[in-house]
Amino acid sequence: MQDLDRLIREATAQFAAVADPAKLEQVKAAYLGKGGVLTALLKGLGSLPVEERRTAGASINRAKEAIESALEGRRAALREAAVDLRLREETLDVTLPGRGLRLGGVHPATRTLDRIEALFGSIGFEVADGPEIETDFHNFSALNTPENHPARSMHDTFYIEGAPGLLLRTHTSPIQVRYMLGHVDRHADTDPMPPIKVIAPGRVYRVDSDATHSPMFHQVEGLWVDENASFADLKGLLTDFLRRFFEKDDLRVRFRPSFFPFTEPSAEVDMGCVFCDGVGCRVCSHSGWLEIAGCGMVHPNVFRAVGIDCERYLGFAFGIGPDRLTMLRYGINDLRLFYDGDLRFLEQFR
Amino acid sequence: MQFSENWLRTHIAPSLDSEGLAHTLTMAGLEVESVNPVGQDFSGVVVSKIVACEPHPGADRLKLCRVDAGGEELLQIVCGAPNAAEGLNVPCARVGAKLPSGGIRAAKVRGVESFGMLCSARELGLSQEDEGIMVLPADASPGQDLRTYLDLDDRCFTLKLTPNRGDCLSIRGIAREVAALTGDQLMTSPGMPVPAGSSSARTIVLDEPSACPRYCGRVISGIDPAAPTPEWMKRRLERCGVRSISALVDVTNYVMLELGQPMHAFDNAKLSGGIHVRFAREGEQLLLLNGQTIKPASDTLLIADEAEALALAGIMGGQESGVTATTTELFLESAHFSPEAVAGRARTYGFVSEASHRFERGVDFLLAREAIERATQLVLEICGGVPGPVTDATAQLPARRPVRLRTSRVERVLGLAVSDGEIQGLLSRLQMSASPLEGGFEVLPPSFRFDISIEEDLIEEIARLHGYDNVPARPPKATLGMLPQSEGRRSKHSIRQLLTARDYQEVVNYSFVDARWERDFCANEAPILLSNPIASQMSVMRSSLVGGLVGNLANNLRRRVGRVRLYEIGRCFFRDDAGGEIIGFRQPIRLGGLCAGPALPEQWDIATRAVDFFDVKGDVEALLLPSKAEFVRAEQPGFHPGRAAAILLDGRRIGVIGELHPRLADAYELGTAPIAFELDLAVLLDRSLPQFSDLSPFPPVTRDIALVVDQDIRAEDVVACLRGAAPGFLRNIHLFDVYIGKGVEAGKKSVAFRIVMQDTERTLADAEVEAALVQILAAAQAALGARLRG
Repeated sequence: MQDLDRLIREATAQFAAVADPAKLEQVKAAYLGKGGVLTALLKGLGSLPVEERRTAGASINRAKEAIESALEGRRAALREAAVDLRLREETLDVTLPGRGLRLGGVHPATRTLDRIEALFGSIGFEVADGPEIETDFHNFSALNTPENHPARSMHDTFYIEGAPGLLLRTHTSPIQVRYMLGHVDRHADTDPMPPIKVIAPGRVYRVDSDATHSPMFHQVEGLWVDENASFADLKGLLTDFLRRFFEKDDLRVRFRPSFFPFTEPSAEVDMGCVFCDGVGCRVCSHSGWLEIAGCGMVHPNVFRAVGIDCERYLGFAFGIGPDRLTMLRYGINDLRLFYDGDLRFLEQFR
Repeated sequence: MQFSENWLRTHIAPSLDSEGLAHTLTMAGLEVESVNPVGQDFSGVVVSKIVACEPHPGADRLKLCRVDAGGEELLQIVCGAPNAAEGLNVPCARVGAKLPSGGIRAAKVRGVESFGMLCSARELGLSQEDEGIMVLPADASPGQDLRTYLDLDDRCFTLKLTPNRGDCLSIRGIAREVAALTGDQLMTSPGMPVPAGSSSARTIVLDEPSACPRYCGRVISGIDPAAPTPEWMKRRLERCGVRSISALVDVTNYVMLELGQPMHAFDNAKLSGGIHVRFAREGEQLLLLNGQTIKPASDTLLIADEAEALALAGIMGGQESGVTATTTELFLESAHFSPEAVAGRARTYGFVSEASHRFERGVDFLLAREAIERATQLVLEICGGVPGPVTDATAQLPARRPVRLRTSRVERVLGLAVSDGEIQGLLSRLQMSASPLEGGFEVLPPSFRFDISIEEDLIEEIARLHGYDNVPARPPKATLGMLPQSEGRRSKHSIRQLLTARDYQEVVNYSFVDARWERDFCANEAPILLSNPIASQMSVMRSSLVGGLVGNLANNLRRRVGRVRLYEIGRCFFRDDAGGEIIGFRQPIRLGGLCAGPALPEQWDIATRAVDFFDVKGDVEALLLPSKAEFVRAEQPGFHPGRAAAILLDGRRIGVIGELHPRLADAYELGTAPIAFELDLAVLLDRSLPQFSDLSPFPPVTRDIALVVDQDIRAEDVVACLRGAAPGFLRNIHLFDVYIGKGVEAGKKSVAFRIVMQDTERTLADAEVEAALVQILAAAQAALGARLRG
């Protein structure tokens, strides 16, 4: 018995002395292999008297199990040690930059247009589009601005050579006209006509160019037509929009009388200057207010031009300048940067 | 419209200060753009008289003046101005005065004591020019405060008037508006008739009574042509932005600014016979006061005498009949021209005038007589003379139609209930008489308002006076209905996201471009021209986005940005008889992209490689997924002929991709030619719904083969050939390598494919797989002369 205990101690010690896994297997063979000590002991059982065999066999098996367990423990320890060693050798400089493509980005005006679409979309506004080479009819006449109307001088218009009556749209309002014509057509047999809630973003053109005017810029037209759409609703909607857009619940918004041929009553919308909080600064020309949109109740002549009963239906329309919103939102001071493709500028909005 | 606040305050005196007045006007729709003080801040400056002026004993350029500044003793002041002279009235800043540049103290100048300073206009902030000391009129009395004397505590208001408010283009008009807003009383009295002192008159014939229903004319003879315009009048004109010209012209401008009635002064000696108001005749010519000679069109209304055309009615006078420095006999015109007869005419001759600006917007048709009396009074005061009687030719004057206003409609439109009493009160402040009717009123707009013809116009007036601020801001209520969300359409937004993920930056370029770009990038020799471009490099409508992107690239290269990946989504413009919404023009929205510089941003442990055709083709393929386009090599304007392809989808051309032509890369200083593509956006937005197909539970079998073929055989043809020959259990053929070089004979290339086979019903047997490969190879050999690479 003592021999077996000694054998276990001896094996355990030998295992512990080996640091190399292959070597460990060789040492194992000396005990557990075919020619190993334990194998020999087991084989030697046959020479024992029958009455001793059982106890001796059990003892040898216990010793074998003990040695196997010691072996397994040592194997695990060596595996662990190997992993530890690898881990010690395999460290990275994690501060090295990552590889691959970078991300591109959208134009800052697109960012704004996306936000506008999302905000109006959240209360059920559809998005419409229309041509940029427009007819005089859609751009002016149908919007109650006949030829020679002094209001035409508010829009310096680009005309298409050799195509009388065609121009580059000066605002997105013609989309209003096109949308209403289509809507009336689609719902000729529906009574009452379903309400219209639509915004129309796009590029517009005017003969004008300096730090705050570009001959091409963006506009978003909005239109709501319903049996009960009022000026109070218009005020509520645009106030809500501006507060959501600038994420400022206490943003001051004011409406003051103005004139557009296609709305009556008409209003100019100002919001409290976001740079100086209304105290007065260079951006707001020290007035504390920023002009941000034009709007009004759809003029009955516009409804007549598109075949909507102006006694029964009321509507309001608004035009927002997303470029200006973008400049205010991000503090951009020169509109010309929008149309210059300068990556140093554009990449700031990723 | 620019005006002097002090002048306005002689017509109405609200208790508001300047700021309050500006706010009130702005909130009533008369936007005040700016309020500028006419003089800078200074104090302690008085009118003084130089009583004596001697040379300074110690300095050649200085003078020693004794000045009467209203005090008991004369002041001794040293002055350096060359124009200082005895007897002149000049501004004197006394000791203690504060000037824009600082305070004035008693001082010794070259040993002589000086008790103040004689000021130039510049030193007082009244002028930019340095013209010596400011000389004041002889009637100025010494000691009077200069600010009072020159009325300097005044402010110039600039209004940004909307075109509907022509009635506010005068002091009286603005005063009227202020009265309506504040309830203060107007202090203006109507001009009193000036009795005739002679019988001298001209007959007036209204040939076109609807264009000109009223024309008042008056001869004033014996006037002094040399009489100067009084300072107060000059000042008021100047502060309204009108330059003083001569007393007679100034009077007509003054009355226009005061009352709103444009007037004209003819030299009566240059007229022959009666005055006619008629349309222009064929072949007539007229030299205008601005020096321009025009041939008036037949819809242009003229003032003529019996001999010839004299003036453009309501627009501008003629040079030959106008008053001059020698005019002693005046013929004054004060007429009403209808807005329709004037609108747009001046612009067709390339200008606008103060008169046309007003007549286009509408001038009070009851004003002409009062204005001519007022002008007569001023002419007599300033230039003397004897007036003849007023010839008042009046045809049918315009009439205001009553407008019906329903109280219920006011509430419906505004979302705010306004009572009958309030409505009546508000309208009466606007000088509109409202007679009660069932459910509302019948309202008669005044003769000076040209913007009140329908119920909504009145509703706006009510809202305006009630205050837009007092209309509630209410979240609108509506029936909820879901918007359609077509799964077969992607949004532009998702295309942009995809491009962002692939490292493209969006740009927005002008839709009008240089004609050269159209030629270079589109071979378009007949582009769509703008009639009135802002610059020659923005004169034609683009038919491709590539030019703009190339321009962006060139600009960025100049700014030393070397890796450029851009895209734009925008319209292009084509002449097309079929057209779309606009007859004759097609305006599709396109997506254009351009890449230049390294394929990847420079980064460690990856070799830098220039972006090439296939990098960008990969982007285009990703954009088109799940559709699969065909790329067909084709020569494209602007592109390298061997490195460009038309992009086809279901046989229809949807775009182009390629390397820019090396000549253009050179011409536009791009260094290496960039890769560009352009696609129809509409096609990109269409998307098919996914269709499920069964998953196979059986293992796939993969075989790689490399084929050697002639170099000019297209990869796609090889794939098509292999596919065509493969059995039904072929899942995929994937090209993974192309090799030319050692080991492959000249003129040949090795193309390697991974072939995946899998059946949905069973496990494929090795024999089947091998047979399929043999079949595929045989087909490639037969059709393409391919052989298996050893």
